[in-house]
Amino acid sequence: MGLPERETVTSAPVPLLQATDVATVFRTPRGAMRAVDGVSLSLARGETLGIVGESGSGKSVLGRTLMGLITDGPETSVTGSVLLGGNDVHALTPAGRRTLWGTEVAMVFQDPMTSLNPVKKIGRHLSESVRLHLGLSRAESRDRAVDLLCQVGIPEPARRAGQYPHELSGGMRQRVVIAMALACGPRLLIADEPTTALDVTVQKQILDLLQSLGEELRMATILISHDLGTIAGRTDRVAVMYAGRLVEHARTAEVFDNPRHPYSRALIASIPHLDLSPHTLLPAIEGRPPNLLNPPAGCRFAPRCVVATDLCTTQSPALTGRAGDDTGGAVACHHPLGAAKEATV
Amino acid sequence: MTLAPHAPATPEPARPALTVRDLVVEFPVGRGQKVHAVSGVDLDLPAGRTLGILGESGCGKSTVGRALIQLPPPDAGTVRLGAEELTALGPEELRRARARIQIIMQDPVSALNPRRKVKDLVWEGPSIWGRAAADKDAEVDAILRSVGLDPATVRDRRPHELSGGQCQRVCIARALMLDPEVLICDEPVSSLDVSVQAQILNLLETTTRERGLSMVFIAHDVSVVKNVSDQVMVMYLGKVCEVLPSDGMHLAAVHPYTRLLLASLPEAQRGRSDALAHASASAEPAAVAAELPSPLDPPSGCRFRTRCPLATDRCAEEAPGLLEIAPGHRIACHHIESTRSLP
Amino acid sequence: MSEIAPRTRTALAPPVVVATALAVAGLVLLVFGATTPVLIAPAKAAIALLGIGLFLNGASRVGKALAGPGFDVLFWASAAWLVLLALAIVFVDWLPLGEDRDVAATVTEPVFGIPTFTGTHPLGTNGSGLDLLARSLYGARSSLLISLTAVVVGTIVGGLIGIVAGYFRKAVDRVVGMATNSLLAVPPLILLIALATVLEPRLRNVALSLSLLTIPGMVRLSRATTVAYANREFVTAARAMGAKRSRIMARELLPNVLLPIMSLAVVMISVLIVAEASLSFLGLGIQPPEPTWGNMIAEGEGDVFEAHPHIVLVPGAFLFLTVFAFNIVGEKARQRWDSRSVKL
Repeated sequence: MGLPERETVTSAPVPLLQATDVATVFRTPRGAMRAVDGVSLSLARGETLGIVGESGSGKSVLGRTLMGLITDGPETSVTGSVLLGGNDVHALTPAGRRTLWGTEVAMVFQDPMTSLNPVKKIGRHLSESVRLHLGLSRAESRDRAVDLLCQVGIPEPARRAGQYPHELSGGMRQRVVIAMALACGPRLLIADEPTTALDVTVQKQILDLLQSLGEELRMATILISHDLGTIAGRTDRVAVMYAGRLVEHARTAEVFDNPRHPYSRALIASIPHLDLSPHTLLPAIEGRPPNLLNPPAGCRFAPRCVVATDLCTTQSPALTGRAGDDTGGAVACHHPLGAAKEATV
Repeated sequence: MTLAPHAPATPEPARPALTVRDLVVEFPVGRGQKVHAVSGVDLDLPAGRTLGILGESGCGKSTVGRALIQLPPPDAGTVRLGAEELTALGPEELRRARARIQIIMQDPVSALNPRRKVKDLVWEGPSIWGRAAADKDAEVDAILRSVGLDPATVRDRRPHELSGGQCQRVCIARALMLDPEVLICDEPVSSLDVSVQAQILNLLETTTRERGLSMVFIAHDVSVVKNVSDQVMVMYLGKVCEVLPSDGMHLAAVHPYTRLLLASLPEAQRGRSDALAHASASAEPAAVAAELPSPLDPPSGCRFRTRCPLATDRCAEEAPGLLEIAPGHRIACHHIESTRSLP
Repeated sequence: MSEIAPRTRTALAPPVVVATALAVAGLVLLVFGATTPVLIAPAKAAIALLGIGLFLNGASRVGKALAGPGFDVLFWASAAWLVLLALAIVFVDWLPLGEDRDVAATVTEPVFGIPTFTGTHPLGTNGSGLDLLARSLYGARSSLLISLTAVVVGTIVGGLIGIVAGYFRKAVDRVVGMATNSLLAVPPLILLIALATVLEPRLRNVALSLSLLTIPGMVRLSRATTVAYANREFVTAARAMGAKRSRIMARELLPNVLLPIMSLAVVMISVLIVAEASLSFLGLGIQPPEPTWGNMIAEGEGDVFEAHPHIVLVPGAFLFLTVFAFNIVGEKARQRWDSRSVKL
């Protein structure tokens, strides 16, 4: 079984996660749906990456594919490779993958209520996985559960451990889910829309918590969201997805201040912000995302793009370095927006 | 690109579209307990203007929206639509009055009957009021076009064959078909994608302006509410904390809860100004670990005091009333002076 | 939604030939097993069953090759059986069949004739020399008429009561709930016996008392569905536009409640066919000589079944195939409607 060896601190900067040309295709009765289409990513230890895209862009499918929750099977095909701490997630046996989950990579889902078993106490949610993976005794695992609750900022952790999920508020439940993900000290945390189901004031608390935990535990984090706002200022890098492909991938501040892909720019511009005076019409992106069963040829954003040319509708642009960006950013566009151009229209 | 507010520039428009006084809504939950969803809310909507209601889940903003259309009617208080007092009408008169005030709901897919086609959904209002079907096709096509849908492609579809944004457009078309005076929008964009959200907000903006509609816009997102409203009302646990003009509200807001909401806004939505730096510094410490109290047993006095950094004994004993501190700016807080003088 | 199944358009590829051969071989075996005079009965039955299996397998392969992988041979076989039965019921008066109820006319006929699948009595005769095929078809007429009437009455009455209870809730709901619960608390057989003692055993009365069995289930399903839909926002939207309660129930709720109710109704048909047969078997339903499947089976009471099993097996086979077909068709209908409502 491919148990991952913990890399030593002195080892060369081997990326923690290296995904190469990942494609996830669902075989549906109406044809093949290319939910993720040739995505390459890498993530170093302790680094944070935001994946942004609208519904149907394939961001959640990508997250699940990276984790190995979606694998090659009768109804899906996964190609490309996902190396996690040196192990190819998709080449492992199901049992091998399970040993990675929790210890190497863990996931936080959108809805904390469905991630928790309503008839199990909070403490048991945590202590069970600890006992299973780390082989602790009953008493030790109980202490560990309380420690974990304390770590995610839950007041009175000992009392909370004896409560059922429905006795906690949404924000508290999401903290518990995060504690469960942290239980076995993963080196990569994938958070899929962790705050979408929560109130605004709670959203900020949870995002702050994820950020501080990542720094504290030197844990790499992938934050998946449909909302650019939740990612701005919280991750080192951002990958923008559109219709299953990466269209832009760069340092977060670069994407927000100088988006090079027309889609990134339009997406940022369409968010209302407080500087706008009331009744300002927002620069909306017209049209709808393409049908992934039958995507357009060439650049998939071309039908909605304001700068599209004939080249865009025939030839698919590759992800290449951004002009004037020395920080390793990349954009997939035949007509990337100039470095000098203002971000606002 | 910036458009002036579409109402005349007079400071106090003469005709009120909607006037609400002392609205109370309570839901019994068994064992003699009641959820105090809305406790004594006043609301004034001048004709042709938009009022934003801002708050988190459980603050009673949606309940206010439903009480305005009398579904269900409030337990106490009055709702006047123009000159007509809805809360005093009999069932048949109320049924007639309802056509003048229409609602757009959060989940556009659920708000449309899954078994009906778009053309029948849009024509539902006129068909309820017994309009002849002779003009149906032409009128349905015209209204679909006005909400940015192509009649030829959507007319014969059912809701599950449309995207969320398209469904919301159909809902708006259906409401407009009755030519209402007031439009209530209950979180109309919160289930939509960012790019679609902008399309729908723009559509609401142009529609209200062209038709001179008055609108109550309910949402949890400060920047969205600010974008569409003339006046913003902030609610917390069934009570109004602050009412203020939306223009420059991020600078003028003084209630600790409004400041907390502003401070919670993600960076991208705050805009480029650093005006919020002080707001986030003052409200942040209190936000950590604070929980929304149960609406079954709201805190005595000021309901925000359990999360408020300024709370004193007085806040627990006495509920603060709404005081006008500037034209069109009212606030319910015992510490008006100290909130204003915050750094 | 356009269903574009990927079809394999290879004209008569080898698998199709094999499958067709399989189906034909199955048919031949079935006919041989049913008609051959040389073998003993169990061997004939085994050959016939093998033939049926081969035929279905072959037909399934042919269907899948021609109509795509979604082809369900059992569904089509069931539908074919129901259509055939329906046609036979409609045209039974004009079919060249033996005597079905007048004992005086059959004095010269053989009694307890064995099914030969050929000749004047293909399915044999009973103790009075009456033709079993004719009796089975006339029996199908009354059995299906009774169960269909009962289901239609039960669905309409139960469905409407359920919608009203689910929409108005409160007192109406409590009264309806109490009534359905009391109806459910009486054992169905005792209820039917009690009704049979009061009512004349005529087709209409049997149908009405059987419909009582379906009403509680229908009320519950329609009430639960109504409650689920009454809280949906489109109902609020309709009320906000000024719709009256009657309009909301008829235009907004009914179309949504109809589909789950209909799929339960199809399943109920088969339950009621069995219930009607049980009543007739107990002598509480339609009385002989008027045939129903139930009273035909009842003729096998005592030693008759041991000596002449076909007396019971022939109407039993009709009953089994029809109930089975209704279940398959009902299940298919339920799946189709369910998957659609999931997508909404």
